[in-house]
Amino acid sequence: MVPDFLIHLQQLISQPWPWWFSGPMIAITMFFLLWFGREFGISANFRVMCAADGADNFADFFKFDWASQGWNLMVALGAMFGGYLAAHYFIGPDGDIAHVSTATVATLQKMDYFANMNLQEGQIPLVPPFYSWEALFTWRGLFIIAGGGLLVGFGARYAGGCTSGHAISGMSALQLGSLIAVVGFFLGGLTMTYFIFPLIF
Amino acid sequence: MRLSKFILVGIFFGVILYKSEAVSWFRIFEMFHFQSFHMFGIIFSAIAVGIGVVQVIKWRHMKSIEGKEITFTPKDKTVPRYLIGGFIFGLGWALAGICPGPMFILLGSGYTVLIVFLSTAMFGTFLYGLLRKYLPH
Repeated sequence: MVPDFLIHLQQLISQPWPWWFSGPMIAITMFFLLWFGREFGISANFRVMCAADGADNFADFFKFDWASQGWNLMVALGAMFGGYLAAHYFIGPDGDIAHVSTATVATLQKMDYFANMNLQEGQIPLVPPFYSWEALFTWRGLFIIAGGGLLVGFGARYAGGCTSGHAISGMSALQLGSLIAVVGFFLGGLTMTYFIFPLIF
Repeated sequence: MRLSKFILVGIFFGVILYKSEAVSWFRIFEMFHFQSFHMFGIIFSAIAVGIGVVQVIKWRHMKSIEGKEITFTPKDKTVPRYLIGGFIFGLGWALAGICPGPMFILLGSGYTVLIVFLSTAMFGTFLYGLLRKYLPH
């Protein structure tokens, strides 16, 4: 038998988490890594994986002591376990839902692609339908998944970090470069949202 | 505990981002439409607490568990790489609705198609490595 307090704990964790709890918890994640003598930055793993895969034969950028970066791969592996746990044991009472605002639901309903899905408030899935192997064989799914990966992988290394490395670690250390990078993230994101989304959805 | 502590940190990070819905394409969509405070609240409160954490570490000259003083690598004093690189990253972030952390998290949740995202992200990083000397930094 599972003790009652564990059931209650599971129910507590399964609620959607408010921003004012999640944000500070991300800062605590960063603190743990600093305490362990490391710097928080997930996208550095792409460089490690490239180097480990032999990319050092092609460019000096990949000639570095990648074996010393195994800790970061462990963080990524842990994040996968975390995603597995959350998706299998901590789903909230109303299912795997993104609790987006009424305004967002209205915006989605006006887009051709989502209008067919008849999305209603409180029923927006956490993960969009184009995250699937079937969708990968449509131009839209391929563009979003493969194209998104290419832009994220290239841009993160060019900028020297991603959301964790710049928006969280760099901004916390009051680094001017990180502020410029975050401005870049938003300029890129807004360009995609307002100029390119109307062409693909 | 040499490497396993990092797995624990990763699990902690994964559950936070999943349960706060920061892994959701729809939440990123909402953020770029400025239709909710949720994602901004997560980022701003993380930075606010993070600034406090960094200041305390510097002020107390805190040491890591390996006994070395915790240091912060200063970023290069330049604009183009951050602005252009950031812009390209932002295009991909809004398009796919995920950044590298959520990609690993959702891969673990069972969205195996994201292996394709991981592969093209590695290829993007590889391309950057090849083109690096021709790009403005």
